[in-house]
Amino acid sequence: MNITLRVWRQANAQATGKMVTYQVKDVSPDMSFLEMLDLLNEDLTLKGEEPVAFDHDCREGICGMCGVVINGTAHGRGDSPVATTTCQLHMRSFSDGATIDVEPWRAGPFPVIKDLAVDRSAFDRIIQAGGFISANTGAAPDAHAAPVGKLKADRAFDAATCIGCGACVAACPNSSGMLFTAAKITHLAMLPQGQPERYSRIKTMIATHDAEGFGGCTNIGECSAVCPKEIPLDTISQLNRDLIASLFKKDGK
Amino acid sequence: MTTTVRPTGTRPEDFFSVGAEIRDTKAPAGPIEQKWSKRKFEAKLVNPSNRRKLSVIIVGTGLAGGAAAASLGEAGYNVLNFCYQDSPRRAHSIAAQGGINAAKNYRNDNDSTYRLFYDTVKGGDYRARETNVYRLAEVSANIIDQCVAQGVPFAREYGGLLDNRSFGGVQVQRTFYARGQTGQQLLIGAYQALERQVAAGTVAMYTRHEMLEVIIVDGRARGIVTRDMVTGKVESFFADAVVLATGGYGNVFFLSTNAMGCNVTAGWRAHRKGAYFGNPCYTQIHPTCIPVHGETQSKLTLMSESLRNDGRIWVPKRAEDCEKDPRQIAEADRDYYLERIYPAFGNLVPRDIASRQAKNMCDEGRGVGPKVGDARRGVYLDFSDAIGRLGKDGVAARYGNLFDMYAQITGEDPYETPMRIYPAVHYTMGGVWVDYDLSSSIPGLYVTGEANFSDHGANRLGASALMQGLADGYFVLPNTINDYLAGAPFTKVDASHPAAVEAVKAVKDQIDALLAVDGTRTVDSFHKELGHIMWEYCGMERTEAGLIKAIGLIQKLREEFWADVKVSGVNEDFNQTLERAGRVVDLMELGELMCVDALHRRESCGGHFRAESQTEDGEALRDDDKFLYVAAWEYNGTAQPPILHKEPLVYESIELKQRSYK
Ligand SMILES: Cc1cc2nc3c(=O)[nH]c(=O)nc-3n(C[C@H](O)[C@H](O)[C@H](O)COP(=O)(O)OP(=O)(O)OC[C@H]3O[C@@H](n4cnc5c(N)ncnc54)[C@H](O)[C@@H]3O)c2cc1C
Ligand code: SF4
Ligand code: FES
Repeated sequence: MNITLRVWRQANAQATGKMVTYQVKDVSPDMSFLEMLDLLNEDLTLKGEEPVAFDHDCREGICGMCGVVINGTAHGRGDSPVATTTCQLHMRSFSDGATIDVEPWRAGPFPVIKDLAVDRSAFDRIIQAGGFISANTGAAPDAHAAPVGKLKADRAFDAATCIGCGACVAACPNSSGMLFTAAKITHLAMLPQGQPERYSRIKTMIATHDAEGFGGCTNIGECSAVCPKEIPLDTISQLNRDLIASLFKKDGK
Repeated sequence: MTTTVRPTGTRPEDFFSVGAEIRDTKAPAGPIEQKWSKRKFEAKLVNPSNRRKLSVIIVGTGLAGGAAAASLGEAGYNVLNFCYQDSPRRAHSIAAQGGINAAKNYRNDNDSTYRLFYDTVKGGDYRARETNVYRLAEVSANIIDQCVAQGVPFAREYGGLLDNRSFGGVQVQRTFYARGQTGQQLLIGAYQALERQVAAGTVAMYTRHEMLEVIIVDGRARGIVTRDMVTGKVESFFADAVVLATGGYGNVFFLSTNAMGCNVTAGWRAHRKGAYFGNPCYTQIHPTCIPVHGETQSKLTLMSESLRNDGRIWVPKRAEDCEKDPRQIAEADRDYYLERIYPAFGNLVPRDIASRQAKNMCDEGRGVGPKVGDARRGVYLDFSDAIGRLGKDGVAARYGNLFDMYAQITGEDPYETPMRIYPAVHYTMGGVWVDYDLSSSIPGLYVTGEANFSDHGANRLGASALMQGLADGYFVLPNTINDYLAGAPFTKVDASHPAAVEAVKAVKDQIDALLAVDGTRTVDSFHKELGHIMWEYCGMERTEAGLIKAIGLIQKLREEFWADVKVSGVNEDFNQTLERAGRVVDLMELGELMCVDALHRRESCGGHFRAESQTEDGEALRDDDKFLYVAAWEYNGTAQPPILHKEPLVYESIELKQRSYK
């Protein structure tokens, strides 16, 4: 296959960027999207041009490091029925001769570092604000001390599969980080171990979410539509219920 | 600049010299069941109020590093934690799928600490240190408790209790799992504990910082030099002790199941500064990976070996059938070769055996799938029986995400047609040599997780690396490093110390040298060539002639690299080519040492298969009389061959046997 790429190039956070057009030849349909970018970069390097910077690591859809907007959709799922990360997208989903636009996540709380790489450290700070269970090493009771019903365990698991990629934020017109935050809230709220801090964590996490500059949720649903792990919107309903409940709890902060 | 011209030769002895024997001096005497308690009791303690005056650098935020950083932060030490990704949550532990072992005996199937210990030593083909492995088994149960307390959502049964599955090489169900994302869930647990400490101010987190050098002062590890991967700033950091939890070096083969950034730089730089490197040639080739699609492939994807619980592996009996649609091949014309050769363990034989048999089948011309180059390199992993037994939904509940992943990568539907799999490099049992306390041969330098060599001998059993990473991070290191830190604070050091100045200069010089070559070949082209050499000569089957040839090829490759590599851009920038170039430099040097190690070990054991040493039916044949030791390699400068120190392995609890899974 031969592909025309239009890629966002931006030298650093301060620079203004622009779309630059490249031709990529001899693309195999079995290649992943990132392997296609590798091919471009090999070519650019040999021509003495700067390769395109993009984040990636595991290339199997689990570390959450990759993520670019492809033809306007975060991670490039397009209208495919299968959710995907950028690294798990394969060239067979494009046609020969296609023109593909590639851009970084665009959201205030995720400033561009260079080209397609952005700074998502705001997500870590949301977790620091309470996205954990306080259980010091060595202090744990036997694992079977607190059984967890399968339905709740499964719901906790489904929410916990969030990979922290940030596609939800990139897709949201408000740059809201609510799906990411709600996934963590729901994961921990479903488990008996998560109960003691349930209503305090939600307040501190939301406060940090807002302070980092993420917007509010207006129920548009773009986030869940691009989420590679299909984190459901009902996590946000869970978050809202818990947030309201937290207002009536004295143990909150 | 750093091209090493080492003596070449024609005999194995030409490539190394032999130094004094070494021993682990930290494991106390006495019965194996009491050693760990005794060691913990005898280790010096640091008073809680003194801990905040002491600092520890931890490089790595995977299970080993993240768990240690959180635990040492909770204990009150000042922790400086580093990773090369943009968040600690992305360490490659995240990718582990199948599960984690623990001797809980929740299934009442006669499991015990001793049995887990025994299985791990046997699985490692009797090349691991008994004392370390026993301790691993001993703390395994605490890991599950700890993770559940943190909210790790392990798979559960309807009664609300934890579910288990079995894994290769054992006959009990002791593996805990979280669908096919066990590593992710365990790492998120450790990450959350870590972020809690960041918020508490006990851990300072440095993401996108790559460690490029160790700083040694008065014989002690006292700091590291890092490069800020966004700005290019080269900087030194100091502490009372340094921990490397930097993962495995499978990427020396270029194609592996490791993440693109996995590397050996931290361990290798420590090695160059005096840390011994243990058993570098012990590599695990995992049997169930998605086959290579072509030359532009950048990495390989593992399909969890838990699939072997329900999937059956086969190839056609006749080479003529290999092009056929597998569903058209009659039952009688299929060769379920693992079930045939190993009736007791069947599809659940250890990884090294399953991998080598897949290679044998393909070498016989019975491989399946499209030709890459001139051969078909794949075997079938077939779930039609399981789907008949459990239904499609039952299979999807166990393996749904793996099936989806397979479909996404290959474009084929594994519910309809059998998966194709082939072995791929997956794990490195070798690593920096450590004693029972996890201290390397440099005082104050500790190495944990996959980065050390300690627990898996010549072959790692499935679901044991997660166990080791968390054992090291939560329970072992936090109870041994205090013995060392009790002797601190050590002399004050800062960036003006000559050792720091020298280390920073070395890092900058190498960066300048890489940028100065301005040749005609890309970094990846060298990395791929290195990978080809390693896979061909130091992969699933190794021979004396092949290894000698490989050493020569790697030396030539290194010379060519320093003469002709093209690293674009500048240092003071987000420069991913420069990052990769630095890693490839170290991987090439390591690759050479791996070949030397493989060459000197003229026996087969576990994942190290020397064609010269096999039983009549083609199984690995150990030579305990000559090779019952850990090979700990000492770096000996650029022009001298490395020095081999043997650490004899002492088996007091377990009787040495020829491994058999028949
Ligand atoms: C695909 C896959 C599946 C697996 N499945 C299983 C399984 O089911 N069960 C099991 O037990 N094991 C499994 N394993 C093995 C297991 O996941 C790993 O061995 C283990 O997680 C390694 O943990 P670690 O903490 O030692 O290293 P890692 O998790 O690799 O972490 C390394 C850390 O070091 C950092 N680092 C490295 N070099 C530098 C440097 N120079 N400077 C700064 N930071 C650096 C990285 O940023 C990272 O934070 C699997 C492995 C793979 C690849
Ligand atoms: S919720 Fe989905 S899109 Fe958002 S960070 Fe998590 S995995 Fe990514
Ligand atoms: S590179 Fe890890 S999720 Fe894409």
